[in-house]
Amino acid sequence: MGLRTDYLREVKAFQPSPPYAANAGKAFLVGGALCALAQWLANWYGGTFATSALEAHLWASIVMAGLAIGLTAVGKYDDISQFAGAGATMLLTGLANALASAAIEHRSEGWMAGVGGQMLKAGGAAIIYGVIAAYVLGLFWP
Amino acid sequence: MEYVRAFLAGGLVCVIAQLLIDRGRWTPAGVASLLVVLGVILGFGGVYDRWVASVGAGAMLPLSGLGYVFAKGVMVGPPPSGLVATGGAVFRFAGALLAFMVAGSFAAALICKPKG
Repeated sequence: MGLRTDYLREVKAFQPSPPYAANAGKAFLVGGALCALAQWLANWYGGTFATSALEAHLWASIVMAGLAIGLTAVGKYDDISQFAGAGATMLLTGLANALASAAIEHRSEGWMAGVGGQMLKAGGAAIIYGVIAAYVLGLFWP
Repeated sequence: MEYVRAFLAGGLVCVIAQLLIDRGRWTPAGVASLLVVLGVILGFGGVYDRWVASVGAGAMLPLSGLGYVFAKGVMVGPPPSGLVATGGAVFRFAGALLAFMVAGSFAAALICKPKG
């Protein structure tokens, strides 16, 4: 076929294959542990002042997001993401980390173009496609 | 027991996401968007309600939970009709999470200087 597919086939033997099993195992352990922690928080809020299960879970999610922002501020969340991959980035805490790290990284460019303009640089796609899907489907619901 | 279920369910979603990135060559932003949109679709389908009822935070904390929260705002109470009511309802619960994360990130940028 073309030069491009030839090249991709030729270099394939020299590219390291990612350690699929190890990556998946680490993602499973860390992602599961964070969810179990959130469940503990949700149980605690459900037993104190939350009036519904959904409210308790929202409180737990907010506290987890706050923890993630705090860890991002001291530079520790990146270490967790480095180790756990999707186990840390595909949770709500990972989204909070994406917003906070972009905000911190771009503050030297100013509060408008830097922090305000770049905060959603990494995490914006998930929020934007979620809003579009929910809005369009919501218009036709039920 | 509910901690075990939350652990297993949350871990499973993360493993699927990790395999999509490693084997399927998806970008992380693509996987994150897929999870959120899946959460919206399954939320409107009513499947995610049962998933949350059985595994709790194992369904809420992965990004699919954010999509479910978007859908849940529309589904609670009388069905909204029209652009104004629907647009507000999308953010009924999700607004709590998004407002906190945006304001918290701004506060972090106020306090911290970039490292490295």
